[in-house]
Amino acid sequence: MCSYIVEKARLFGSAKGPNGWMRIDTANVYYDHPFHAPLDHALGIDFINEAEGARERVAVELSAQSARDLVEKILAALASGESAHGKFTAAAPIAAE
Amino acid sequence: MPRFGGVFCTVNSTRGMYNRAVDIQARNSMTYEGMLAETIAFRGHKGDVGEAYYARPLGGGPWPGVVLIHHMPGWDWWIKEATRTLAYHGFATISPHLYFRDGPGSPDDVGARVRAAGGGADEQVIGDVAGAMEFLRAQPYANGKVGVIGFCSGGRHTYLVACSLPDIDAAVDCWGGNVIVNDPKQLNAKRPVAPIDLTEKMRCPLLGLFGNDDENPNRDQVNRTEALLKKLGKNYEFHRYDGAGHAFFNAARVAYRPEQALDGWNKVFAFFQMHLTTPAAARAA
Repeated sequence: MCSYIVEKARLFGSAKGPNGWMRIDTANVYYDHPFHAPLDHALGIDFINEAEGARERVAVELSAQSARDLVEKILAALASGESAHGKFTAAAPIAAE
Repeated sequence: MPRFGGVFCTVNSTRGMYNRAVDIQARNSMTYEGMLAETIAFRGHKGDVGEAYYARPLGGGPWPGVVLIHHMPGWDWWIKEATRTLAYHGFATISPHLYFRDGPGSPDDVGARVRAAGGGADEQVIGDVAGAMEFLRAQPYANGKVGVIGFCSGGRHTYLVACSLPDIDAAVDCWGGNVIVNDPKQLNAKRPVAPIDLTEKMRCPLLGLFGNDDENPNRDQVNRTEALLKKLGKNYEFHRYDGAGHAFFNAARVAYRPEQALDGWNKVFAFFQMHLTTPAAARAA
């Protein structure tokens, strides 16, 4: 379907786009027709910096199963990482620079 | 080797004379065919100047016009291909970039911005389509008739403009979703009215093409839309395709269903031919 339903995730981090690395503050997440992936519907994520006008994005289009698998792998990586390095408990993100 | 193209040149005098004679003979027996497809500027809602993709048959016409409304993902390759397809079949076709105000950028990036902002406003789309129609009618080779066709969200927009603009001669809704709005919470400032609630105002003939496996619009929604058109005595024809879902014309997607798409395209051409072609244009086509 063609919809305008978007889940917005506020986040802290960086992404590498066509012009190099950029700070990102938002992920727009939606499930709709992809632009590129050979799928009828895809889970799309656009990583953007909304505070700076969102003129660039780093985009992915994933099959529904791929997206679910990715969620699991993200959680698994966090669990094993925190097991090795200790749980990060700071209230606010620490800027890297 | 004789050549059957339109280029005339000679390598040596004897061979050149032979080629020229064959070329002239071939050209006299050919029907000339040509098309111009390019980006143009048009004046849309509130006089805003934006870009559009415009394809038209070459020659004097007169040609009927078609406004092609792109789908929600934006002004992509397939939309431009569909624009050229209609031009090939004798319709001067303009596809306004409905997201031009949100540029610059590639159509997919601009489309992503528009999605994140909740989509374009219906009022703006109606104004842009009206501007595109004006562009078509202003061309010296136009026959004055203008149809509208739209895909996916553009199908919804087509239904909307068919109920909102008084001078559309024919409209084709290809699987427009959200024509019926079940949950009033889906209505907002940008989309304040469900197109189905405007059906009484529809003044032009409507062709609707739908895949029976589509979820938006699903079979029930298509049936309800048809029932209302019938009840109100509107001039319409609906066709439903088994084995097809949403966007089954779109050769850029896995949803593409060649058999159903071929039949559907032929219905589009016949419908526009019937409602947009004047006797003079029919001779030219």
